[in-house]
Amino acid sequence: MKRLLPNLLRLAALIILVAFLVQPALFEPLLKPLVQANAPAIYNQGSLLSLTLSHLTTVFIATFAATVVAVGLAILVTRPIGAEFLPLSRSLVNIGQTFPPVAVLALAVPVVGFGEKPTLIALFLYGLLPIFENAMTGLSTLPPAIVEAARGTGMTAWQRLTKVELPLALPIILAGIRLSVTISLATATIGSTVAAKTLGEVIIAGLQSNNLAFVLQGGLVVAVLAVLIYDAFSAMERMVSRRAGRV
Amino acid sequence: MIEIDNITKRYGDNTVVDNVSMTIAPRTVTVIVGTSGSGKTTLMRMINRLVEPTSGAIRIDGEDNRGIPGYELRRRIGYAIQGHGLFPHRTVAENIATVPGLLGWEKSRIEAKVKELLSLFQLDPAAFGPRYPHELSGGQQQRVGVARALAAEPNILLMDEPFGALDPVIRAKAQEDLLAIQKHFGTTIVLVTHDMEEAFHLADKIAVMDKGRIVQYAAPEDMLVNPATDFVETLIGVGERPFRLLSIGTVGEAAEAGTAEGEPLAAATSQRDALSSLLWSGREALPVVGADGVPLGRVTLASLARRAARPR
Ligand SMILES: Nc1ncnc2c1ncn2[C@@H]1O[C@H](COP(=O)(O)OP(=O)(O)OP(=O)(O)O)[C@@H](O)[C@H]1O
Ligand SMILES: [Mg+2]
Repeated sequence: MKRLLPNLLRLAALIILVAFLVQPALFEPLLKPLVQANAPAIYNQGSLLSLTLSHLTTVFIATFAATVVAVGLAILVTRPIGAEFLPLSRSLVNIGQTFPPVAVLALAVPVVGFGEKPTLIALFLYGLLPIFENAMTGLSTLPPAIVEAARGTGMTAWQRLTKVELPLALPIILAGIRLSVTISLATATIGSTVAAKTLGEVIIAGLQSNNLAFVLQGGLVVAVLAVLIYDAFSAMERMVSRRAGRV
Repeated sequence: MIEIDNITKRYGDNTVVDNVSMTIAPRTVTVIVGTSGSGKTTLMRMINRLVEPTSGAIRIDGEDNRGIPGYELRRRIGYAIQGHGLFPHRTVAENIATVPGLLGWEKSRIEAKVKELLSLFQLDPAAFGPRYPHELSGGQQQRVGVARALAAEPNILLMDEPFGALDPVIRAKAQEDLLAIQKHFGTTIVLVTHDMEEAFHLADKIAVMDKGRIVQYAAPEDMLVNPATDFVETLIGVGERPFRLLSIGTVGEAAEAGTAEGEPLAAATSQRDALSSLLWSGREALPVVGADGVPLGRVTLASLARRAARPR
């Protein structure tokens, strides 16, 4: 019952978002007051829907790659053989986070050219840290009695990892992915400065033509996407942590 | 048979288990007692190689336990961990099925085993099987922990304070169940406890540990009569000696021919409990009956008093 109202609001936000992306013209009266007499109120240099989809795809690919690498590294450095790589991995991942994505774009363009690639690289590097740190925490703070029991029942190292350690660390790893994906959704907009197809295009077009309606609709679509995806991850985390008995 | 041969474990300069040698006969219950930190858990975990010894060897049925990979060894040895250690993301049934699953048993065989064990520990399989460990009480969790250790019918069962969190009634029941299982499967059990009452009740032999050494390893009767050191004597408790002696035997062994009035005692009752019943009922004698209710005779205060006296 307590969750009903927020869920209704989320559903409403989703419906409005989809409606706006499919039929933006319906919303023209709302945005009209924001622009000067003859200027268009709805983005007209491409389909909002296809920009949104390619924005999501870019974020998804970058986050997926960051997850694979960060979780893989965390698994490695929490094994006895990989422990010595912990300081090195930490520094690498930290550099990825502290190096501004704009600078990454600037450096990547001469190497890989314009388009999606430099954006993917920037988002990937930027997204590593939260996932790595959370996976580290999740894998290194497992209750000792349970890790011990996994050994005691005769599981091999691989079986312990896949059957006990990863499932128990999953809620915390998911929280890391949630942070990473939310940051990437917003950061991806700057990819449009190097010709990546993202919702940043709408915002940049608005800035160039002094069209407040463009800026607002680009920003709002990103914001609503971020909130919905954030909430979806939170719900997923609650579900898996309930299963993992960590409520 | 488990042969522990000059086993030592050091962590840095700290000698946790100090040159321990002991032989554990097959199909017996050996109880390890001693103060906290005396090395009981460490000694036990070297048997299934959760801890590797610094020096010495352990042989199981004549074979060095380092002859096969650790995980394979551990699938053959049941281990009920201090503080249960159930997997929180798996149901009770899945927890119990862990080792049979690793050994590749057929599904139907695993299901039957899980049912059998849950029933044995007074947990309704339909109600408890699908639950998660955090939906169980501490005592129920502990019983599931023991059930998991028994699931693959191991020849050897290591138990680290398995009944710590149980209330006295369930605890007594769990001890009886354990002895019944031990007799039924002929399991060799090594059990660590802090409860001397439990030690004397369950043990064929008791090992007393102090600062990493075994100070005495003997049958309970012998230990009562000839405690090796003051430490052993203190652990037993001087005032408890006659009662400890009685708690070793059953009333069936003390039964004599004849009849008596009053509430009959089951033959499996310990002599100590029988003494209690006699004193409380104010009678000189009570009838003794077998498991099937067949009269076996009677037990008298006088005979128990004789048995409680220091053996010579
Ligand atoms: N991995 C380890 N590293 C360093 N010291 C250890 C380690 N494991 C155990 N010890 C030390 O070894 C000693 C014996 O520990 P152990 O767990 O065997 O005691 P115990 O007799 O089982 O105690 P308790 O009755 O409290 O369970 C303790 O002093 C403990 O601190
Ligand atoms: Mg211990």
